This record gives sequence, structure tokens and C-alpha cells, in this order.
Amino acid sequence: MPKSPSTSRASFKKSHWQEAIDVRDFIYTNITPYEGDASFLVGPTATTVSLWQSCQELLAVERKKGVYDIDTKTIPTITSHKPGYISRDKEKIVGVQTDKPLRRAIKPFGGWRVVQAACAEYGYTLNPQVIELCQNYRKTHNDGVFDAYTEEMRKLRKSGVITGLPDNYGRGRIIGDYRRLALYGVDRLIEEKQNDKRSLNGAMTSELIQLREEVSEQIRALEMIKEMAASYGFDVSRPAESAQEAIQWTYFAYLAAIKEQDGAAMSLGNVSSFFDIYIERDMQVGLLTEEEAQELVDHFVMKLRLVRHLRMDEYNQLFAGDPTWVTESIGGVFRDGRHKVTKTSFRFLQTLYNLGPAPEPNLTVLWSEKLPEGFKKFCCQVSIDTSSVQYENDNLMSETGHCDDYSIACCVSMMETGKEMQFFGARCNLAKTLLLALNEGKDELSGIEIIPGIEPLPQGKLDYTEVRRRFDKTMSYLAEAYVNTMNVIHYMHDKYYYERAQLAFMDTKVHRNMAFGIAGLSVVVDSLSAIRHASVTPVRNDQGLTVDFRVEGEYPTYGNDDDRVDILAHDLVHDFNQELSKHPIYRDATPTLSVLTITSNVVYGKKTGATPDGRKKGEPFAPGANPMHGRDHSGAIASLNSVAKLDYLDARDGISNTFSIVPKSLGNAKADRVENLAALLDGYFAKDAHHLNVNVLQRETLLDAMSHPEKYPQLTIRVSGYAVNFVRLSREHQQEVIARTFHEQM
Amino acid sequence: MLNVHSIETFGTHDGPGIRMVVFLQGCPIRCVYCHNPDTLAKWSESCRQMSSQQIIELLKKEQPYFGKKGGLTVSGGEPTMQAAGLLELFKAAKEAGFHTALDTNGVICSEEVHELYEVTDLVILDVKHINSEHHKKVTGVGNSAVLENAEYREKSGKPMWLRYVLVPGWTDQPQFLEEWAQRFSTYKTIERVEILPYHTLGVHKYKAMGLPYKLEGLAPPTAKAVSDAAAIFQRHLPHVVVA
Repeated sequence: MPKSPSTSRASFKKSHWQEAIDVRDFIYTNITPYEGDASFLVGPTATTVSLWQSCQELLAVERKKGVYDIDTKTIPTITSHKPGYISRDKEKIVGVQTDKPLRRAIKPFGGWRVVQAACAEYGYTLNPQVIELCQNYRKTHNDGVFDAYTEEMRKLRKSGVITGLPDNYGRGRIIGDYRRLALYGVDRLIEEKQNDKRSLNGAMTSELIQLREEVSEQIRALEMIKEMAASYGFDVSRPAESAQEAIQWTYFAYLAAIKEQDGAAMSLGNVSSFFDIYIERDMQVGLLTEEEAQELVDHFVMKLRLVRHLRMDEYNQLFAGDPTWVTESIGGVFRDGRHKVTKTSFRFLQTLYNLGPAPEPNLTVLWSEKLPEGFKKFCCQVSIDTSSVQYENDNLMSETGHCDDYSIACCVSMMETGKEMQFFGARCNLAKTLLLALNEGKDELSGIEIIPGIEPLPQGKLDYTEVRRRFDKTMSYLAEAYVNTMNVIHYMHDKYYYERAQLAFMDTKVHRNMAFGIAGLSVVVDSLSAIRHASVTPVRNDQGLTVDFRVEGEYPTYGNDDDRVDILAHDLVHDFNQELSKHPIYRDATPTLSVLTITSNVVYGKKTGATPDGRKKGEPFAPGANPMHGRDHSGAIASLNSVAKLDYLDARDGISNTFSIVPKSLGNAKADRVENLAALLDGYFAKDAHHLNVNVLQRETLLDAMSHPEKYPQLTIRVSGYAVNFVRLSREHQQEVIARTFHEQM
Repeated sequence: MLNVHSIETFGTHDGPGIRMVVFLQGCPIRCVYCHNPDTLAKWSESCRQMSSQQIIELLKKEQPYFGKKGGLTVSGGEPTMQAAGLLELFKAAKEAGFHTALDTNGVICSEEVHELYEVTDLVILDVKHINSEHHKKVTGVGNSAVLENAEYREKSGKPMWLRYVLVPGWTDQPQFLEEWAQRFSTYKTIERVEILPYHTLGVHKYKAMGLPYKLEGLAPPTAKAVSDAAAIFQRHLPHVVVA
């Protein structure tokens, strides 16, 4: 006779997790690490196949129309929509954002104009009452920001030197520890939050008042989650008692967040090995078979693949392919050296076979040379087969962050789960910053002065020292303006579009980072190298603005493991990061920096004039920290080594590198390819590099997909920190991807 | 000093694991299908002189990627044309802890080459034809030195991979494939046998260099021809791989 789940629950090892909210401790004490290979995995059940078929029918409609449907009437809350299903009798994990799968909600509190425009672009009309409400009764984040923006901030924003700022959309990047709902249930979590609130006492400063109000909102969100789950027939006031419940509870917690918020990136966290503890236990007592376990994971992942936010086209140009960044981190190692790979780590990757490749959830392997060989091989096999996985350096992150239970926010940013959050801040266009320095602080395209006090350069050939002096000054000016702008944005976001459902699953005293970013690193580095090592003469128009550059002589380019130029890249990131930390930051957040563009490298390039490295006006930048396309001509390893020289301590928010290689270049036989990719990752991360997207593809496949998108509905590629459906990219983005360096051998 | 034609930092086809492949300049034979005609001459303006030390420095930058299997491969051209310099490089590489592999056609058989074999962890020997007459047709020289080198390596007891370039009409005669495989069937040092189907990717180099291409118009072997050849090899030899 199988035991009932409630009696077997007692079999979890007791420890600190029972005394306090400490999911990490629960995992640490109860995990069953798995050393073997992938041979235990099973394919999809008949139910899974049929359910995914239903989803694909909906997805086909969405691909055609752009959106499947929009609920233009309801401002969503956790409880605003009645339950929705794909196919009720088949779903092992239930819950959708609105009342139907793929039906998008309007979320006007980030900014109603964007929602109105997005509706219009897809042929819908936003309920006029919503507009009236936002105009007259309930101010939005976007309106708050523009009330406080200075003239200078507007100018910087307009010129595109700082772009993609979350001032008219949800900032995202905050990851609740959604596992807490499964491990503790709502009632316990409310009790803890009430205790926290009682202790928030003393002199009522604005900080304390703000926090007390926020905790009250969190408690309200928890109550509403209970109600929402009840509408689906589940009682989440108590802890989960089976694997199915653990997955369902965790999903409800995440679902609450994505019902109310449409943040740019709303990661899931680090749930697979947490689920594994329940799955192992249920299997031991005969409640679950391997087929059933895989089915639960497949159905959960299916839900994550259906997460949607309503975006307007302008947003899609920055972040192409309708991404949601449901990032799930898999693997990694405890601080004591034991790895965290479980059978469910494998089961998550297996979804890429059972349901086919897909960009979401954004599967991120926390790589360490200490991961078991079987898992390493399986990851690499999945990468080679699907190009849907990214890798991050677990040793580097856990040592730098002093923690081993962390999640990846958005694409590449480490956050200690449930304890650390970030204020997301898009990025500064460094290439344009350099052009401001060469043009007396004027925008090279419009001629409008952006930065005062930049002296004109001497005529003729550019002198490195003279250029550098002006460039450092523009960087310093921009860093300060950037910090100030971010302070305004996040003050208003907290005020008008607070993420109560996410923060409800985090510690009340959460550590805050403010995440800044830079774009165009390789363009600037190669430009500076050209100015230093070759002869560069600007060509100016009649307004005196640079329109082109004449480069004579040879110069080393970034991406060839050449210290003469790689040092420029290293120092540039270091210097910009230093500049950020000189200024006061909202809520005492710690400034961090990323070298990550997502797909915005295309838009940034479009808005930037010709640069001294020979890049023409309007041409895309390389993504993230990548060397410029085609300039890393010394082979794959040399290219990786250059990027590895950037110091993670200077860019704690992440250094993204996207690597594309044709399958044959990894080796002749399939087994060789798997082994060589694993060795490549070991080697790259041994050099203290941070992140690698891996694409194993033929350029020809992409060209064919451009001409015949209908043949490739699921073709997935890694771009910068996330994956996209290739056929959903704009033509410009597709061309940029194809222009990238594909490492091939002679 | 070595005359280096070029260096591939991410070599995955010339030996086990990830390897730095150093292509040396110069080859004593002229294979009809050679896909690297730019490496044949003893000297070329585009090649550079490198010391062992310089190459070791490059290797060190790559060391973390090598894992348990990878390392240095020297190819060409025909690397044993520079056996003396190579001996110094391989000694230094071994001293620094790197795995060494030599990708050779075996046509130079000398004490110096055998001394080089001693510091070579893996000899990748390309036996281009088992029949000396045919070997001569394909390469311009007979195969006695190649077979002698194979014999030498086998006696040393150290690992060896064999390679065979399958060229329609030139090296695909079934009876000779059979003979080739039988010849090595008793060898104990062979870890892997690679069949390299003839390809036309090097043809453009001939045009660029203004040289006539002897196999103009010849198509690569069909998939069936490749699998037939592999089947013959597999009857006698371990671990046959089609590259």
C-alpha cells in the first residue's frame, strides 16, 4: 500500500528550514544529487503530446496575428480573472494569466499610453474607462517619471545615448522565491510578514513608512493568491504535500506575479532541484512513476512557454521576438563542493526534446567543472541539438556573491534567491558617448548639444590622449546623469507599480542593487585601438560633425586574445563602473554594471553615427561583450579569451557572450562534439569568464528559415542572454544574427 | 625556429579533444587532391618564423580548454620536414605538460623522425594508399617509408591513429581497401581509424594561386561509397570513424 503523501511528508529531514523561512536549507538537507547519465529519461506521455498539440494550434494563430487575443477591459489583479484552461481534463498543472491561454492582459500602471498603442497596433481598442481612470484618478509610473524628469534627462533619453529605460514599462528583474509558497503555504508566510511588520517600528521616516506600506501590500497579495488558487480548486494556505502540489503551488506564486506585472524580464528562479525533493519522495513511496514525473515537468514548462505580455512594436525593436525571460537556473554547486544536479535538472532539459526547442523558459545551466560528467554531457548534447541553453560560471558567481542559492534575473544577472533584488536600468550607449567626445558634446546626428563643456579637438589626425581626455569626461558626466535618471524611475516604479506579489516571496529586508548597463563595448574598444595604433582622421560635415573616419594603417582588434587592445576593454568597463559608484543611489542600492545588450544592439547601432573603427552609420553593434562581427579572426578560443579578460568584479550584473559555431567545427563524431563543447565550457569558465550563449548551427539553416519561416516554427537561437524563435525576429535582427561570426575551421 | 603557415586555436579534427593545431610550411610530396596547396612550398611570404617558446606561450593561454584529452597538434604541410625544430618544440611542450600529436603522411623515415616519435603522444599517420604504385600515382612517391614508420610506431607500443583519404577513382578500389585494413589488423597501437572523404573545399585556393587543379570536376564520394569503405575497414580495425 502506498503511503499517503501527508504521512510521508514527515520523512523530510528536519533542520533550520522549519524554524525560519529558509528554502536553501531545505534543499541543502534534503537533496538527492544525481551522478548518472540521461538514460533514465522518458519521452512525453500521450496526454502531453495532445496538450502540446492544442497549444501549438493557439501558437500558430498568435504567429499569424501577432497576438492571440487581448482582454482590453480588465485591469488585471491576482484575482481579477476567472480560471482558464488549455484543456482542463488533460492539464496536470493549471493556471493561466487571464481567463484563456495566450490572451494578453492590459497593464496600464507602467504607462497607459504604451498599452493603448499596443492595443491599436494589433487592431484592438483599449477600454476608454481605463484611460479615464489613469488620466484622472490613478496616476501611472510613466506619468510620475515624466513629472520628475529634468530637461537634461529628457535630452539624454531622446538622443538615444541612454536608451531602453524602464520609464514607460514594467521594470521587471525582480524574482520572488516562489518555492516558498510550496514549502510553507500562504498562512505561514503571512504570519512571518506580520511579524516583520510589527518590528518595523520607531521614528517614522519616509523609508520606514514606505516599507510598512509595502509589507502590507505583500500580505494583501498573499491573501489574494489564496483566493486565486481556491478558484482553481486548491488550498495553498498550507504547504504542498506532493510533487504535483509543490509544482502547482510554485507555479501559482509565479502566476500571481505575471498576472499583475509585465516587467521586462520576470525570471522563475531556481526550482528544478527543489521540485526533485518532492518527486524523489513521491517515487520512493510509490506515488509517482518516471513517466508521471516527466509529465508534471512537461506540463509546468508548457505553462511557462505560454507566458505573454502586451508589448508595442517599439519595444519589440529593442527586445526582439516577444521575450518574457522566464529564466530558470539549473545545476550549480553548494559552497561545500557538493553539486546540486538532480534527476529533475535532467527532466527540465528533457522538455526541449519532449516539447521541441523553444526560447522559454530561458534555461540557464550554472556550470562548474565540479558538475557530474553525465550532466555536463547531457547539457552539451541538448545545446548541440537545440541551441536553447545558456551557461553561466557558477564558481565565479557563488564565490563573488557568497551564496549558493541564487537565480538569474533576466538574462545573466545573479540574485540571491528571495534575498536580493535589482532596479533594472537598461544601458548607456558607449559608442555614442565616444562620438559625443569627438563632437564637442553634440549629438553626431542631430547636432544638438547634449553635454556642455567638451572642448573641440585639434584639426586633423586624432590624438589618443586628447580623445581619451574628452571621452573620460563625457563618460563621467553621463554616469552621473544615468544614476540620477534611474533614481527617478525607480522611485516612481515603487510608488505607482510596486511588485507586491514578487516581494511577498522575498525577505522584507531585501538587498537592492541598481543595475546599469553599457552597449557598444567592442565598437568603442576597436575605435580607441584604431586611434591609438593606427592613424584616424575624422571626416566632418559643414556643421563640423563627424560623418566618417579615414583609417590608415593596421591596428589590433578586440577578440583575438591580444593584450594591446583587450586591456582597453577591461579598463573601460572598470572605469565606467567606478564612475557609477560615485553618486547617491535610491534606497541605498548597490550599483552594478552589465555588458549585455539583449537584442538592442541593433537599435543602438541604428541611432549611432559612423565610428572610428570603420563601422558605418546605422550599422548594428556586436551584442553584449562580443567582439565585432568578423573581427575576431584568430579562432574561437582567441575570441573567448578576449572576452574572458573582462573582470566580473567590474560588471557584477553580468558579461554576456554569444557564441555561434557550426556543428562540424566541434568535431567529427557526435560524441566528440559533446565532449569538446564540455571542454570548451570548462576552459572558458576556468578563465573566470561569466556567461556563454551557445548556438550550434549552420548559417545556411538560418538563411533557409528567413526564406521559408513556415518550415521552422520552433527554430530557436540564443541571442544575448536569452533565446528567441528565429522566425519571430524582424528582418533586421535576422540579418544581424546571420552577420555574426560563426566559428569555422580552415 | 619553425616555419609556421598558420595556427588554429580551436582544433577539433586533428587528435583528441580541443587542440591548438600548428600548420607548418612545406611538404615533400604533391598529392593530386591536396586541399592546402598554400602549405606546400618550403617557404612562403605569408608564413612566419616562430620559436618553441612562442608556441608554448600560446599553448599556455589555451591550456584550460584542453581538459584531459586536448593539447598540441602539429600538422602541415608535412611537419617532419622540420623534424629538428619540432623535436625541440615537442620536448618543451611535454615538459610543460601538454599532450602532443603529430599529423603526418609518413613519407620521411629517418632517425630524426623516430626520435620525434618518442616525444609524440599520438602519431596520426595518413597512409594514402596500400599499393606502392598507386601511392606513387597519388602522391608522387612510393609508400615504403610510410609503412616503415607505421611499423616503427607499432613496435614502440605508443598510440597511433590511422587516416585514409577516400578519393573516387584514386583510392577507393575495394581490393586495396581490404589490403590496407588487413595490413594493420594485427597492430595493437591503433586507437582510431579515420576515413576522410575527398572534398572540394580547397579548390578555390588553386584558382587564387593560379595553379592547375588535377582533379577538376571530380565529385566527392557518395555516402554509399563512404559507408562501403567504412564497412571494409570495420571488418579488420577498431574504432573506424568517418570524418
